[in-house]
Amino acid sequence: MLISVLAISLGTLLGVGVGLVLVYGRLVPRIAVRAILEYVRGTPVFVLILACYYLLSKIGIQLTAFQAGVFALTVFCSSHVGETLRGALLALPKGQMEAAKAIGLTFRQAFIYILAPQAMRQALPSWVNTAAEMVKASTLLSVIGAVELMLVTRQIIARNFMSLEFYLIAGIIYFLINFSIERFGRYLERRVALPS
Amino acid sequence: MSEEASLETPVLQIENLHKKFTHVEVLKGVDLAMKSGDVVSVIGSSGSGKTTMLRCVNMLEDFQEGHIRIDGEEIGYLPGPDRKPKKEVEVARQRAMTGMVFQQFNLFPHMTALGNVTLGLTKVKKLPQDEAVAIAEKWLARVGMLDRRGHYPGQLSGGQQQRVAIARAVAMSPKVMLFDEVTSALDPELVNEVLNVIKALAGDGMTMLLVTHEMKFAFEVSDRVVFMNQGRIEEQGKPEELFRNPQSKRLAEFLKSAQF
Repeated sequence: MLISVLAISLGTLLGVGVGLVLVYGRLVPRIAVRAILEYVRGTPVFVLILACYYLLSKIGIQLTAFQAGVFALTVFCSSHVGETLRGALLALPKGQMEAAKAIGLTFRQAFIYILAPQAMRQALPSWVNTAAEMVKASTLLSVIGAVELMLVTRQIIARNFMSLEFYLIAGIIYFLINFSIERFGRYLERRVALPS
Repeated sequence: MSEEASLETPVLQIENLHKKFTHVEVLKGVDLAMKSGDVVSVIGSSGSGKTTMLRCVNMLEDFQEGHIRIDGEEIGYLPGPDRKPKKEVEVARQRAMTGMVFQQFNLFPHMTALGNVTLGLTKVKKLPQDEAVAIAEKWLARVGMLDRRGHYPGQLSGGQQQRVAIARAVAMSPKVMLFDEVTSALDPELVNEVLNVIKALAGDGMTMLLVTHEMKFAFEVSDRVVFMNQGRIEEQGKPEELFRNPQSKRLAEFLKSAQF
């Protein structure tokens, strides 16, 4: 749970950066970020998790299972958030930026007051989706021994062999978490919806 | 002498303006000068470069040759042969000297009518909120939109949105107002409410450069009408002369096809 929360928060922050580079970055950083992004998105999360734990230690970066898990999911999350934000920004009519410039706003101001609030509204539904995906992806961390719900469930089952009952409980817990995330997302969407 | 010269300084001066889009040269040397209080309409068929010229004035387009000056201040580029673009902050400041109204209104959909007008006042002019609101309400009243100040653009008709957009631009007290085919996207029955607002502003002595397809309106409101054709100013003059007695064959043809 903590892993998911951390990964979603950090991944969102990093993802905003990724999205900005993709839309406004100079050619070289843009291509670099695009390449990493394609790689991450084209790789199963499972492989990404294993790579963060085992491969990084090969090159001398020894992460704990917890750190590796957060790192892998953060990277995964940021790739989704970045792509979503890119889409949302590009979908805004060109006239919005022009109107902002025309009243004398700098690029920074135009982004903060005009583009970002609109892009965030657009990106919100996919962001909620990504958050739910992250919670589900966190189950995979049990393979590297990070302490999370799935690993704990399996440990309990290993002791009492009540597999059906405890997998069912784990399933319900995951469902409740994601259901709450989804409900919260709906609530946010309604809160920021524009009257028309 | 110098005082006289400063009186003569045009509010807007365009000199030998050239603009290329990759391979196509859309402006091939345009010269235009406007005094304070001038209302100039630019007419011409689509692709003649009217809108592009307007967009160059507030630097929404770059240009390759020539000069644009507002109140004698060079717009967009540093002096010198290498034509370095000015810094972004400087460009933003210069843009605020002109007010632009767009064909597609381009109101900010996530802000109320009032919010649209106050944004520039608080963020660019750095006025305190209450002052900004007072100015914005004054202009919203002027365009007949004060009672809708709390409405979002999505709740307003096209004509109402365009009037708010005009208020947003004039509230910044620009030296020149630029109107880019502001009624082209409107339903016919909404055109007049917008044109009347523009007429009233012209009556106030505001300096205005309008690109328009509304010939009757151009005839009524302008001190001068400019006819553009293929990236050049083909003919210009007082509306009565230009419309009644076109000198060039192209203008005569254009006016005929526009059924004026």
